[in-house]
Amino acid sequence: MNPPVERSDRFEYLLRLGDDALVAAQRLAEWVSRAPELEEDMALANIALDQLGQARLLLSYAAELGGGGRTEDALAYLRSDREFRNCLLVELPNGVLGGAALDFGVTIAKLLCFSAYQHLLSQRLATSTDQRLAEIAGKAVKETAYHLDHAALWTCRLGDGTEESHRRMQAAIDQVWPYTHELFRSDELTARLVADGSGVDPASLRAGWLSTLEKVLSKATLARPKDGWAPDGGRSGVHTEALSYLLGEMQSLHRTHPGVAW
Amino acid sequence: MTGSDWPLWEVFVRPRRGLSHTHVGSLHAPDAELALRNARDLYTRRQEGVSIWVMPAAEITASSPDEKDAFFEPAADKAYRHPTFYRVPEGAEHL
Repeated sequence: MNPPVERSDRFEYLLRLGDDALVAAQRLAEWVSRAPELEEDMALANIALDQLGQARLLLSYAAELGGGGRTEDALAYLRSDREFRNCLLVELPNGVLGGAALDFGVTIAKLLCFSAYQHLLSQRLATSTDQRLAEIAGKAVKETAYHLDHAALWTCRLGDGTEESHRRMQAAIDQVWPYTHELFRSDELTARLVADGSGVDPASLRAGWLSTLEKVLSKATLARPKDGWAPDGGRSGVHTEALSYLLGEMQSLHRTHPGVAW
Repeated sequence: MTGSDWPLWEVFVRPRRGLSHTHVGSLHAPDAELALRNARDLYTRRQEGVSIWVMPAAEITASSPDEKDAFFEPAADKAYRHPTFYRVPEGAEHL
């Protein structure tokens, strides 16, 4: 028998969902004005804006539950990296390890893994007993379907493209794969939220996720990486150093001019 | 990168059910599938449409400005082609 769900549990769960979306949006927005083509620039910015919209709804809700008069802005701009609850996957740089800072293949590999997960998760959360969370998830279902479609189309074109694009897309998937395990890690918090019907058991999403990924990878003539090393820590605030730099940039304006508004 | 290696596509959007697709602009894309998605991102972000067509710009055969006179002038003095010479019977409504 699980103990009852506390308000702080809901707050924590919303931070996980909201921080995933916020950090993914900030990372993807690095491509604005730098994408290989103008059209792709718009596509990536659109996806980042969808994610930012999800983050705002989730963090606004979290701020209300958290109390203390905090707002979505306070949660986004005034927490340190140790207070963020996003998975490591979304904070990873867009570049090749020890290589170029911006790599389209790595970005697409991350988007593919993350949007496939987010799409399954929001489908399930859309029937959450938490009415407001269910509505937020319902909106995200359509958005994440498009993100997944975009990432899958590019994975196929790069994987099944030239010899060079195939090599780089395979390297990108291999680089990102270890960080996907954290998405499906259940813990006591998720167990309590599953018990009252408001949350989703992360582990229960992996089979569906794998089947999506394997379909896309096989169409793209790419090998599905072997499971092995599986870093985690994001859900308890233990992040890679990449998050500090990302937050440093994202929060600089708000910290220089506290309370600044349009 | 200067210029685009991707071919040009023309985009047609239907604003609502019952209306025809209208040309809204063009874009670059490597193939039809991505052209359709780029069109969605570029031309329907503000709920402008319910259906999109894309076609390779290279596939369009257009009349040339040089042929303008031969093509369109002869129609100018043929007013009898307009259906304005019929007497409308009395009592005929909804014409």
